[in-house]
Amino acid sequence: MPATPITNLTSVDYAIMAIYFVVVLGVGWILRRVMRTSTDFFLSGRSLPAWITGIAFISANLGAQEVIGMGASGAKYGIATSHFYWVGAIPAMVFVGLFMMPFYYGSRARSVPEYLRLRFDEKTRTLNAVSFAAMTIFSSGVSMYAMGKLFNLLLGWSFDVSIMVSAVIVLSYVLLGGLTSAIYNEVLQFFLIVFGFIPLVWLGLNAVGGWEGLTARLAEVSTARGYPANAYTSAWSNLGDSASNPIGVEWFGLVMGLGFVLSFGYWCTDFLVVQRAMAADSMTAARRTPLIAAVPKMLFPFLVILPGMIALVLGAEYAASGQGLVPAKLAADGAPLLDATGRVVLDYDLATPMMLVHLFPSGMLGLGLTALLASFMSGMAGNVTAFNTVWTYDIYQSHIRRGASDVHYLMMGRIATVGGILLSIAAAYLASAFNNIMDLLQLVFAFVNAPLFATFALGMFWRRSTGHGAFAGLLSGTIAAAIHHGLTLPAGAQPGVKGGFFGVLHTYPSELAQTFWTAIIAWSTCFVVTILVSLATRPRPAEELRGLVYSLTPRSTDKDLPWIRRPWVLGGAVLALTAALNFVFF
Amino acid sequence: MSTSSGLDVRLPIGGLFASLGLVLTVYGLATADDPTHYARSMSVNINLWWGLVMLAFGLLLLLATWLGRRDTSGPHPIPAANGKKGS
Repeated sequence: MPATPITNLTSVDYAIMAIYFVVVLGVGWILRRVMRTSTDFFLSGRSLPAWITGIAFISANLGAQEVIGMGASGAKYGIATSHFYWVGAIPAMVFVGLFMMPFYYGSRARSVPEYLRLRFDEKTRTLNAVSFAAMTIFSSGVSMYAMGKLFNLLLGWSFDVSIMVSAVIVLSYVLLGGLTSAIYNEVLQFFLIVFGFIPLVWLGLNAVGGWEGLTARLAEVSTARGYPANAYTSAWSNLGDSASNPIGVEWFGLVMGLGFVLSFGYWCTDFLVVQRAMAADSMTAARRTPLIAAVPKMLFPFLVILPGMIALVLGAEYAASGQGLVPAKLAADGAPLLDATGRVVLDYDLATPMMLVHLFPSGMLGLGLTALLASFMSGMAGNVTAFNTVWTYDIYQSHIRRGASDVHYLMMGRIATVGGILLSIAAAYLASAFNNIMDLLQLVFAFVNAPLFATFALGMFWRRSTGHGAFAGLLSGTIAAAIHHGLTLPAGAQPGVKGGFFGVLHTYPSELAQTFWTAIIAWSTCFVVTILVSLATRPRPAEELRGLVYSLTPRSTDKDLPWIRRPWVLGGAVLALTAALNFVFF
Repeated sequence: MSTSSGLDVRLPIGGLFASLGLVLTVYGLATADDPTHYARSMSVNINLWWGLVMLAFGLLLLLATWLGRRDTSGPHPIPAANGKKGS
């Protein structure tokens, strides 16, 4: 525990937190009555309307990596961080809604790995299920770790106690109400985060003199770091050359690596988010889920990235060693940590939390911190509900115990929930090496998810692709990612977890640039290997692939819907608005 | 809008926001005469103003829940296996 926490809470702040906890637990308590079958527990009985699953779709992803990580990236890379949304998430969400949801929802698969079982074979499913299960535990652990560390630093709370309390709360409401409970609380957390962050951005922008004031102040930071003056406030104009923007990547690496490979890999194939759409009450609702989610998602950069950018130029708390509100990372002896070029390493993950502490008086501070807690817990619950489903259906039911009663699998789901949380706690104590959570998560996604989108794209749109092809492609894609990571290193890093463990062939300007290229290589390897092996192996007969492959599935024309509710119209509108945002912040 | 769970999601959200809004509004009124309290937020009584916004949002959702409940014939629709839409 640090000697002096950064701030103290008053009783009104604690009252606000207490009200939130009571409501969250109350939701689980009320929903406990309806958890009768495993489908109720794992898929909400496929009964939720699109606006609820839509909000849950983004909220399940709204964990620490989003709220803290995007603020950190905002401070580190500026407005270009919005590419995670405007190049990455939104087009991917439109694609999954329009093109992929018919297969996920229509095939009646209960999970993404189960779709792979139907389309390809058991081994492809198991590979995906095992790596996915490991990833959910890891993400949930990282989220817990970040929360424990943050609340220790800000408020002096004990790391162990923060982790245990949040774990017990998430455990209680997921055990009681299953996926419905997780989804209801995600909707609640979504509104809490929106209402906690709007006043933060409003006060922050006022304090720095609006967008013009922010642009002027960031121009100084930018010039001092050797970038063009608008490097932090324009999203595209410095992407021609990797040396002139803080991300350290040129437009091709960004669009291909982040946009096409990583974001499509995440939003289109990650069961954590797809599970929310699968809980929808109809095919139309399932298809509209990611499209509805894309509307608020498009505006999220203003909510989560702007606070980080403002933190860089607001106040002078850390003028001596840090920058604005962002303190320096400290070495073991208490002195500011320096990188290989002698520059101070900033603790970017503190950008958004410091904004809360700097701008909110007690009362609102309680609300802001409750919103942060909500985001941590929502990320954790999302991972745990995805984990228990994949574990129960795709690992336990298909390998350990087949043909047991539904009551048995429901019980297994509850046991897996407890197990998942215990493993997450273990992971929380392991996670600590990176200075930016986002980079670490992106790295893991790059190894596991990047090849995955190639497998799904080929599986859904090329009926000739086979199970052996998919399996070989996935495996070689992940191996290619590891080899590439092992042979390259971001500037200023030591060989080790950040790369270069096989020797350094190439040095990237930043960790993100390295991650994007790892993803591109993994995807391309998987794509090529899947095609080659598929051509050499026996294809499945067409009648077995009906409803699983694009060319063998009747298109839904949506003729019975009023035009305004048709997925194509909604998707087109979302893309047009996103293009406009890219243009405004060019 | 009540789903097969029998719980309209707008009820807990409305309840949460109405309660939080009320707490912030009352606290904002109680601290309105203390200028040092709002030095951080540039002399804006953010508790009072944002409390009122949250209170209004919460009450709106509670109203929507109440209207939605009157619309459905039965108070708690029974879960249907055929993917029936709520309300």
